[in-house]
Amino acid sequence: MALLTPALGLIFWMLVVFLLLVFILRKFAWKPIIDGLNAREKEIQGALDLAEQTKAEMAKMQSDNQKLIAEANAARDQIIREAKEASERMIAESKDKAIAEGQKMIDSARETIRNEQQAAIATMKKEVATLSLQIAEQVLRRELSDKASQEKLIAELASGARLN
Amino acid sequence: MLTYIRRISTYFFVAASLSFSAVYADDQPDHDGHSGADKINETEHAIENNLEAHEEEFNIGQMIMHHIADSHEWEFAHGVVLPLPVILYSQDRGLEVFSSANFHNEHHEYNGYHLVHGDAETIEPVDQSRTVYDFSITKNVASMFISAILLLLIFTSVAKSYSTRQGKAPKGLQSAMEVLILFIRDEVVKPNIGPGYQKYLPYMLTLFFFILINNLLGLLPGAANVTGNIAITMTLAVITFIIVHINSNKHYWMHLVKPTGVPVALLPIMIPVEIVGVFMKPFSLMIRLFANMTAGHIILLSLFGLIFIFKSIAIAPVISGFALFMNFIEIMVAFIQAFIFTLLSSMYIGSAIEDHHEADHGH
Repeated sequence: MALLTPALGLIFWMLVVFLLLVFILRKFAWKPIIDGLNAREKEIQGALDLAEQTKAEMAKMQSDNQKLIAEANAARDQIIREAKEASERMIAESKDKAIAEGQKMIDSARETIRNEQQAAIATMKKEVATLSLQIAEQVLRRELSDKASQEKLIAELASGARLN
Repeated sequence: MLTYIRRISTYFFVAASLSFSAVYADDQPDHDGHSGADKINETEHAIENNLEAHEEEFNIGQMIMHHIADSHEWEFAHGVVLPLPVILYSQDRGLEVFSSANFHNEHHEYNGYHLVHGDAETIEPVDQSRTVYDFSITKNVASMFISAILLLLIFTSVAKSYSTRQGKAPKGLQSAMEVLILFIRDEVVKPNIGPGYQKYLPYMLTLFFFILINNLLGLLPGAANVTGNIAITMTLAVITFIIVHINSNKHYWMHLVKPTGVPVALLPIMIPVEIVGVFMKPFSLMIRLFANMTAGHIILLSLFGLIFIFKSIAIAPVISGFALFMNFIEIMVAFIQAFIFTLLSSMYIGSAIEDHHEADHGH
């Protein structure tokens, strides 16, 4: 039973010691410790938040980069396409031009040929006329030495002229 | 009105608990007719004779009681004794202070006082008509001083390292204590008391570390059994009780008088049950810690006592091995009991200050 009987002196000293302990520790130990812990927690939280923020920024930058790359690719594709088109167009144009030029050359060549032909034909006609005249002159010179033949010819010419 | 009831009930409980020991001490000698002093001397001499006559005979019960009870001197080992100051207060003589070594004489008497070696040591005046209050620095008080000084040294140094090592990782003692402090704050106090826990945190931390250090110091050989003393656990329980009832809100008192969800017909049963419950909670706090620590000491002492009962050296290694195992369990119990006392105290405070009280009327 003595074990279950609280002793007055012990209660008194317990109260004194324990309450003093609570007050002293509250002021000199728990307050700085809890404040320190809170400060550190805040610091850690701040660092974590910053890391999170940086990560988000990095992700954003990365997506920006991706977008830039995509844009650059698109621009390059377009430039190449345009260049191709331009070159095709130029090729087509020059082809047309060449064809037209060739045609023109062919035309002018034909013209020249025709002109030459005309000139040649004219010259040939003149040559033929001259040749015919010379032949006729020769013939005539021989014919005129014979009086009968001259008369026959004149008759023939006169009959022919009459018919016209 | 409520504060009035609160104050009255608080005073009542404190007064009742404080007077309990004095009343009991006064009553004891008056139970039988003949002079108390004679009776005390008789029993005292009987015990003495018993000890002297059967010096060889080992009384395990006496040995255990001697070790777990409080004492006016600190016996570190057999024969190595530190006498402690005896402080007595009586109406007629006022304050008296002398060393307990003065009782080391044939009759254990000094200056009209008698040191009674019963289950627990008490100082009785030889003149039975006098009432004397014993405020001695007993073994438990001295041990408590040591643990208080240790706590102050440990936690002021830890607090200092928070300012000197600001912005750095905790180190050494600081990190060792930080684990416990954070555990008490985040796992015990915060979830159970709820918002506004900061106000109670210093008390809860002090409570936890006070019980813990006394539990652990009590395991050392030759140390005092502070937390296994009912006066200590009672004071702690009463302080918790007072804190609860100073801070309790309207819901707590309404719950007492008119528990929600209880039919009116049951109120005559429920109200006394609730009121008993109010006193049961600190009572269970008191008994739990006391019984656990005392039981642990009794088990260890019984084991060591077995060696002397068997009077065989061969049994000693077996017993020592088992006692070592028990010591490990006791270290665990030291932590668990400090934790449980703090946990239940915070639940108790939490239930008295929480706003909505609908959820837990089922207890």
